[in-house]
Amino acid sequence: MESIFKKLAQFSASLVFFILAATAIVLYLSAKPAIEEFGVHFLFESRWGVEEKVEPSAIEQSKQELVTGSIDDEDFITDDEDFVMDDEDFVMDDEDFVTDDDTEGNSNKSKVIYGALVPIVGTIFSTLIAMLFSIPIAMGIAVFLSEIAPGSLAKPVGVAIELLASIPSIIYGMWGLFYFGPFIASIFGGNTVSLLVAGLVLGIMVIPFMAALSRDAISTVPDLLKESAYAMGATKLEVIKDVVFPYAKSGIIGSIILSFGRALGETMAVAFVIGGVYQFAGKVTDPTNSIPVVLANSFAESSGLSLSVLFYLALILFAMSFIVIAVAKFYFLRRK
Amino acid sequence: MRLFINKLFLVFSTITALIGLFFLAWILYTLCSKGIAGISVDVFTKDLIDGGLRNVIVGQLMMSGVATVIGIPVGILAGIYLQEYGQNSKTTEFMRDLSDVMMSAPSIVVGTFVYAIVVVPTGHTSGWAGVLALFILMVPIIVRTTDDMLNLVPVELREAGMAIGASKYHVTMNIVVRYAKAGILTGILLAFARVVGETAPLIYTSGSSQFWSTDLTGTFPSLTVSIYNLATMPDDKMVQLGWTGAFLLTSMVLFINLIGRYASNKKRR
Repeated sequence: MESIFKKLAQFSASLVFFILAATAIVLYLSAKPAIEEFGVHFLFESRWGVEEKVEPSAIEQSKQELVTGSIDDEDFITDDEDFVMDDEDFVMDDEDFVTDDDTEGNSNKSKVIYGALVPIVGTIFSTLIAMLFSIPIAMGIAVFLSEIAPGSLAKPVGVAIELLASIPSIIYGMWGLFYFGPFIASIFGGNTVSLLVAGLVLGIMVIPFMAALSRDAISTVPDLLKESAYAMGATKLEVIKDVVFPYAKSGIIGSIILSFGRALGETMAVAFVIGGVYQFAGKVTDPTNSIPVVLANSFAESSGLSLSVLFYLALILFAMSFIVIAVAKFYFLRRK
Repeated sequence: MRLFINKLFLVFSTITALIGLFFLAWILYTLCSKGIAGISVDVFTKDLIDGGLRNVIVGQLMMSGVATVIGIPVGILAGIYLQEYGQNSKTTEFMRDLSDVMMSAPSIVVGTFVYAIVVVPTGHTSGWAGVLALFILMVPIIVRTTDDMLNLVPVELREAGMAIGASKYHVTMNIVVRYAKAGILTGILLAFARVVGETAPLIYTSGSSQFWSTDLTGTFPSLTVSIYNLATMPDDKMVQLGWTGAFLLTSMVLFINLIGRYASNKKRR
């Protein structure tokens, strides 16, 4: 009994490690066709699902272009007639590509180019907007709760903030689509779905999470330190700036990084409001795309190479968030 | 001057707090006003195909429930291992960190993983795939809370158990876990509340069905995925149903959270 129990416990603990490793391996294996096809260029290629087509007769003409160094070393040559699709007929186009993909090499030589640059840039920028917006507000709430508000107010508001942190992210997305998007569009102009709206909705979503973690960090500051500073005649601002923040620094930075990681991988809050278009947002009020949203919207209608490309994207996202979270854990939030 | 800047700072801090709370209150207000408007008996007695939410609510609860039932023993055992058998070695510490990393991994990536190992081989979406995705999301949370709760158990209790000749298994199960029971239970409730609201990992693992189903081997009805689908439909009636679903989902999550909070408060007293 004793040894069985220990084995079981040990097995359960290793299962966690096993799942994490399996995720990385399975994603890599599924992404392999795409990795072999596009390599690192995938990260810097801004076209998505654009077809490169070659008429057999056109090969000779444009062979010189190939020599002067285009990305691909196969017999396909860039055609000027690439068409950029817009979001409305994206689904249909994608299906067309899939069939093209399957019949590739038979009659019409074509190759579909996928690149992750648009979603990667969209992910990073929406997360950055979210951070710029949420850090001051979350810090304001944390300071307000722990240093300014009287106890009778701080407690219920604190509980409310923690409860709000548990609201499913899809709610934030829906609210963003129907209320916040039009609100922002009426102020800044532009579309009701855009990079800016996505970033702000993300920001609002992480505020309760970040505020609750930062408040916990701030409340670890010993009263003795604060009282000593007050006794020296320091004002509240000086106490917060020179005593509280330096003491709770690693906890606060850790909470910011964790929120960053959460915003980075967030799907549902963004899916409603970013637009899902494969183009860079020229202005912040333009729609664009982010990695989780691409994953959420395109999985059902993908197969073969286009599916493998999605796994490649998932792998990139996994690596990005893994790094962010690992940094937070190993440098800032070491437990004791 | 110092005092003036101090005042300014306090006002500024309070204002930012108010701005944040304003947005959060706005969300809750929309949710309630939109959601309550759509509540009727039909919502609970009809399936999605007939304009109700019965099948998707039951489906969501069933998937989360099964995931919880599988997740509880695995999570608790892993937590016990980390705390009781790990002896704070480097490996244990490493596993603890990995579990934390997994806890914050993007849920959509978990979805792609399950899609690759379940949906691709079987060829269709299924309730079990959804259960697996939720299970993977849930286990690290239970591990973390169990680990933390067991850490609070005084070492004297363990020593006392050992001293009367009880085996490590007995000490762990009958003394340590029993002592930490309330805390672990709260952790499980919170973990359940967390996965019940998950959408991203379910979109292409469980899919969502409009019909009544309790067969986990087929495409399964899911409340969150249905909300996502309903909200993007052009039909106002469908959108209204989506809001009602969103309201029910949020009330459910908040309610479970409140129970968990109440339980852990009671224990402390």
